Amino acid sequence: MFKKDLQGAPKQKLKSSAQRALRQSLLATYPLLTPHIEEILPKKGSLESMKLPDRNTLYVLDSVPLFYQNDGSDLLPHLKLVHRFPQAFPSIRIDRGAIRFVLSGATLMAPGLTSAGGRLPVDGGKPLEEGKEMEQGIVEDGRWSRELAKGEPVVIMAEGKEEACAVGTLAAGTDEVKAKGKGPVVEDAHFLGDGLWNLNTA
Amino acid sequence: MADTEQSEAPVELQSRNVIYCGVCTLPPEYCEYGGTVKKCQEWLEKHHPDMYARIWSPEALEAATAALSIDAQKRAAKDAQKKAAKAEAAEQKQANKLASSVVTIKRIERNKKKFVTAVIGLEAFGLDLKKVAKDFGKKFATGSSVTKLPSGGEEIVVQGDVSDELEEFILEKYKDVPEDNIELVDDKKKK
Repeated sequence: MFKKDLQGAPKQKLKSSAQRALRQSLLATYPLLTPHIEEILPKKGSLESMKLPDRNTLYVLDSVPLFYQNDGSDLLPHLKLVHRFPQAFPSIRIDRGAIRFVLSGATLMAPGLTSAGGRLPVDGGKPLEEGKEMEQGIVEDGRWSRELAKGEPVVIMAEGKEEACAVGTLAAGTDEVKAKGKGPVVEDAHFLGDGLWNLNTA
Repeated sequence: MADTEQSEAPVELQSRNVIYCGVCTLPPEYCEYGGTVKKCQEWLEKHHPDMYARIWSPEALEAATAALSIDAQKRAAKDAQKKAAKAEAAEQKQANKLASSVVTIKRIERNKKKFVTAVIGLEAFGLDLKKVAKDFGKKFATGSSVTKLPSGGEEIVVQGDVSDELEEFILEKYKDVPEDNIELVDDKKKK
């Protein structure tokens, strides 16, 4: 999505009501962030938004990028935020061979996940139940505790690395990926070293 | 952000502080994909020797390559080489461009004894013209604006004849601009 370098636009201060709404939708999308919300979005902090090409909006707090959003769809975390709270976002892991493709902006394909080095959520993971949003997380060996559905935001980790390397939305549910074993999984991701990463938010 | 919060209530900070490479801005473990591997390695060795030892130790490298088949290894190596060459070429090009680009300071006669000073070519040095124009205005206490040229591109127009001071100011403030690349031109009004 941000393969090309971006030019930052002037930042705009957000109304406090908009900020509250954002906070709400953030917690709805990422319930695991609840314990950290004060640290990410302090009530008093003044959040700013920055318009980016292709109807993307980036939310910045004190020059630290937090989230970006494409035309009113789900909020996606900026990678710098993922690095600060890696345990709060559903993740999948790619094998070593796929890293260099993802880092040059390619669509993530299923074989990068189904091979020995990749990690998909555990088999037969139950879907999320109402009121039990907090009971998910990484169980054994870098696998998420439930199957992730199509369209869900997901963080992409990499084999042998500690930090996440990309963020995107699933183009196919993880159960489908396991069954088919081919095809695109994450399209148009935000990855390390892309335009959004290099954007100057100061 | 964290400081203000801490002073209010002793909340334990749970965010991790990740170190980023000073050369390619990625987390150091991803430097190998950046194209400036050599420089990244040097930077990391200097600034975070412990991390350097962990990431670039022979054992770690061996483990990294062992997972790939020989064919894939070759391809990855070739890819890395290509990337490095590309990054180097881009750097070279940038340096050449810097060396050959000229900043022209033009004194334009507006009305017998009144002048404006136009500065052309600062954008080649990666400066934001709008901000620079603001600085000029502050320094000389005159109007200073960015105007579009009919030939495309932009120039900064400062009111008044400030060409000599402007040269000094640019040299002092923007160290990237070499002295030899600044050119002073006097533009008389034709009658």
